Amino acid sequence: MGVPVERSAPEESMSGPVLRLAGITRRFGDVLANDGISLELAVGEILALLGENGAGKTTLMNVLFGHYLADSGTIEVAGSDGALRPLRPGAPRAALDAGIGMVHQHFALADNLSALDNVVLGTEPLLRPLRHRVAARERIKALMARSGLTVDLDAPIRALSVGERQRVEILKALYRDARILILDEPTAVLTPQETDELFVILQGLAARGLAIVFISHKLGEVLALSRRIVVLRAGKVVAGLLTGEAGREQLAELMVGRPVPPTVREPLDPGRPVLELEDVDVDHADGRPSLREVTLAVREREIVGIAGVAGNGQAGLADLLSGLLRVSRGTVRLCGEDARTWQPATFAARRIARIPEDRERHGVIAEMSIWENLALADRQRPEVQRLGWLRRGAMRARAGHIMATYDVRAQGPDAKVGLLSGGNMQKLILGRELERDPPFILADQPTRGLDVGAVADVHRRLLAARAQGAGILLISEDLDELLAIADRIAVLHRGRLSAALPTEQLSVRALGLMMAHAA
Amino acid sequence: MEGVIDILLSAAFWAAAVRIATPLILGTLGELLCERAGVLNLGIEGIMTAGAMSGWLAVYQGADLWTGVAIAAAVGMAFGLLHGVFTVPLGLSQHVTGIGITLLATSLAYFTYRMVLPEATSPPRIEPFPPLAIPWLSDLPFVGAVLFRQTALTWLALGLVVLVAWVLYQTPLGLAVRAVGESPAAAEAQGIDVYAVRIGAVMAGSALMAVGGAFLTMSAFNAFFFEMIAGRGWICIALVVFASWRPGKALLGALLFGAFDAFQVRLQQEVVEIGLPYQVFLMLPYLLSIGALIAVSRRAAYPQALMVPYRKGER
Amino acid sequence: MRLEPRAHPPLALTLAAPVAAAALALLICALPLAWAGAPVLAAYGRILQGALGSVFALTETLARATPLILTGLAAAVAFRAKLWNIGAEGQLYAGALAAVAVGSGALGLSGLLLMPAVVLVGALAGALLLLVPALLKVRLGVDEVVTTLLLNFVVLLFVQMMLEGPLQDPMGMGWPQSPPVLPEAELPELLPRTRLHLGLVIALVLAGLAWLYTTRTVFGFEARAVGANVEAARYAGMPVARVLLRTALISGALAGIAGASEVAGLKGYLTQDLSPGFGYAGIVVAMLAQLNPLGCIASALFVAGVFVGADSMSRALGVSSYLANLIVATALLTMLLATLVTRYRLRRS
Repeated sequence: MGVPVERSAPEESMSGPVLRLAGITRRFGDVLANDGISLELAVGEILALLGENGAGKTTLMNVLFGHYLADSGTIEVAGSDGALRPLRPGAPRAALDAGIGMVHQHFALADNLSALDNVVLGTEPLLRPLRHRVAARERIKALMARSGLTVDLDAPIRALSVGERQRVEILKALYRDARILILDEPTAVLTPQETDELFVILQGLAARGLAIVFISHKLGEVLALSRRIVVLRAGKVVAGLLTGEAGREQLAELMVGRPVPPTVREPLDPGRPVLELEDVDVDHADGRPSLREVTLAVREREIVGIAGVAGNGQAGLADLLSGLLRVSRGTVRLCGEDARTWQPATFAARRIARIPEDRERHGVIAEMSIWENLALADRQRPEVQRLGWLRRGAMRARAGHIMATYDVRAQGPDAKVGLLSGGNMQKLILGRELERDPPFILADQPTRGLDVGAVADVHRRLLAARAQGAGILLISEDLDELLAIADRIAVLHRGRLSAALPTEQLSVRALGLMMAHAA
Repeated sequence: MEGVIDILLSAAFWAAAVRIATPLILGTLGELLCERAGVLNLGIEGIMTAGAMSGWLAVYQGADLWTGVAIAAAVGMAFGLLHGVFTVPLGLSQHVTGIGITLLATSLAYFTYRMVLPEATSPPRIEPFPPLAIPWLSDLPFVGAVLFRQTALTWLALGLVVLVAWVLYQTPLGLAVRAVGESPAAAEAQGIDVYAVRIGAVMAGSALMAVGGAFLTMSAFNAFFFEMIAGRGWICIALVVFASWRPGKALLGALLFGAFDAFQVRLQQEVVEIGLPYQVFLMLPYLLSIGALIAVSRRAAYPQALMVPYRKGER
Repeated sequence: MRLEPRAHPPLALTLAAPVAAAALALLICALPLAWAGAPVLAAYGRILQGALGSVFALTETLARATPLILTGLAAAVAFRAKLWNIGAEGQLYAGALAAVAVGSGALGLSGLLLMPAVVLVGALAGALLLLVPALLKVRLGVDEVVTTLLLNFVVLLFVQMMLEGPLQDPMGMGWPQSPPVLPEAELPELLPRTRLHLGLVIALVLAGLAWLYTTRTVFGFEARAVGANVEAARYAGMPVARVLLRTALISGALAGIAGASEVAGLKGYLTQDLSPGFGYAGIVVAMLAQLNPLGCIASALFVAGVFVGADSMSRALGVSSYLANLIVATALLTMLLATLVTRYRLRRS
């Protein structure tokens, strides 16, 4: 391939679309993820691909980038002469050579390598005997200057913040002379401040001819950044409109296909504290600091929200309240008891509910059946075992009951949990945890990746538990969610927690400001 | 003990250390390549056996020494390909596949040997690699005896350390290998064929392992014995961890181990009065390997994608 | 055409898979047979005859299956919890050594309880041996694959040392073998004038118990959970370290009993070549059984049959009996392929 050469500014030679997808269809098992999708993209245009979780947006972009092979349909990309040519499907290499770059939702970066290495990876022929690091470095520096994206090129990725890693992802695409840039949910991991900065950079790139597709389910951002919107629902295109002509309610209804009743949080009087953290310091297992001087109380009948993007101490807080980490300083009281030495098993024994952030890693065992998963934490209880022997019949019956109550769609209690959809898996976890009638619930990103219906369901159940007397700590990156169901919200920034203010006094902007400056 | 100092100062001891280290250098380099790409290759013991047998057999049947080495390497690559296909595109358990390859390669080697030599009571010998005498350098005091009277295969091993290090850190291919072992998603997103790189690394690594085995029959000794690999393959796996997956440290670790083993052999001969049965000394290398693993276990920075099968299109 | 994971492998397929794998292995090994110049069909016929062709052959196969069931169980129990115990060979020898030390009267013990005592110390020796790598894994994060493997070599050397020293038979004319096991410690034979002994019954009973343990008890549930997803198991409050150590004790004990059984039931004394690789073959037994303890009985019979039959064929046709090792090794690999069929199905796009 040789050292990539700067191509001439594309807008001088093109008048037609730079990308055309026609009839893209892709099925996974019984699910039709993409159903005959067609769309076009023009030079320098910012197109938003809007849809709720599960609508098929990421699948479509993965097909475009070559991670997946479409079952049918065609993709055409314009060359530097402006003429559309078919793209060889199923190979990221082909997409890269055609000028398509992708910033993945979960960054595709190698932690052990430097930023420079990650950008350069795959750009030189594998049989070349020597790497051209100096030339590459110069070129990347020029790109950083032109685009406004700066990052330490020699730092290993594992040392970079989330925002910095995203910049490396974008530089990867620019280094390969992308003419089309796909961004998959880029703002999920950014503060409102960082989001604004990203939008400025993207608009600058688009002005210089880069065509951008950005995937999102957040209406506010879509309206702010894009020029045109394509709405996907259940794998199909349901609307294509100019951003200037679109309204929020209209888009929301197009996304979901039916009016969504807003969640109603009725005001309740909170009771005694169920969680009390006082001046808590927590460090990760490898010694990195996580929380510093955190003081927080959660009372019965209230939901306290913790806002902040990943990397500010959420993982430490969640692990502390799951029994996976200990405090190095300060006190932790749960339902009045000193919980500083509690193991995960103690939390379960005290009926405390924990909804983990990574449901497939911590929440369920994919290989095991539904009825077995429901017994993981409760296996010592008399309902589940007698004298060490599993009461399989009772466990199956219990599973049937929970599946019915919580609307878990599956073939039966023997179905393997790994085959459940994200929404059903989360309902199962909710069912398992809430059936204990817990006094305290830790909910860590409980609606991540769920479609609007499932999100509403989770919110309803949490609010119901709250009405029953539970105290809930809700850790979430979704500010809209926090503003909707939390009674008070505090912001985590670099391991320090702000005071928890009543939601009525807060807004997205206010929270964004709190997240940007140490509270 | 004066005996100890005497041993440590003798050139013959260090020459033996280098000789003993050679198959370990090759085996460790080979395993290192596989693991850097994210594939644990537990077939190493069997591949070394197969390499030892096939190299020896080729020479026994009339080929010249270097052809024998090439054949051993090819045999290694064949088993590496088998391992690679099972674990990479098919995504089967790397542990079980590796054990299967060891059992297969070993039994195939023994079966072939018995087929060619059904009645041999004492293993027939071949003419092994002669020590390479380099004019002037071989006559240097101490260093001459230690370094410059080794066989060509030892030089090959040392050269391969440099080659592997250079490929890993200075070439695009090495970068791809390192990326594939850490984050195959990152490599694929940059257009690299993860399957091809992984299988290629396993094949290359297995070739090295097989040559390491061939060293035993074509250089150190001159015949093939059953059970002659005696766990060297497993020791190499420990050495890879000990070397933090770096070729330079692998060389160091192998040399240290070779020195220890040479020392243990000398001790057997000299310390007979103590009355320790010789088996105790033979145990020491294995125990040392376990000790080395314990020493580095806390800090071991495994390639993140080691033993995680990469399924394309499953996200 | 695409591969998709199956929701539920049908029972017929799960049972057919190991049979197909075994058949495929036999088919593939016709190649080396032919290469050795032997008449393929006649050779396989001899193998079949040698394994099952007479009452004596059957008892030989069953006797050979006895340690294989036990090492298969050892591997199955351990692998279920993702504890990679490749040290069954060493644990077997440790069990044999302990059995002979107690059973030959060398330690001055005798009496009615000697036979169960022999089996128990065999179990204990195997369990304690595996405990070392297990503790290293749990406390220090040292990978157990290499430690269990390397300990095999250490144990073998130790046995050799014992057989040339304190445990050498004073009436053995200088051969490195142990004194014989006392008659009251011997496992009684099941059929007169055969080598079939009580060890088989012990193995069958233990297979049943292992199955109950794995599928019906809380401990077995925890072991399966830890093997399937250790992080979720920890999150749910399972004592992962304790589960792994418990599993190690059971697995090591099973392999140790295999050694005790061979010494006290089959051979009567200990030599260095007691086990022609039973520990490693146990892994094949476990994989063919898809880690199901009851299935280990069937797959152990297959592996035993192959070995016994190949011995007989080797004597008759002059082909190396390493063919048996070849068939067994190939069967491990074909079984891996067969699991693909049980776990995935082909779907038209």
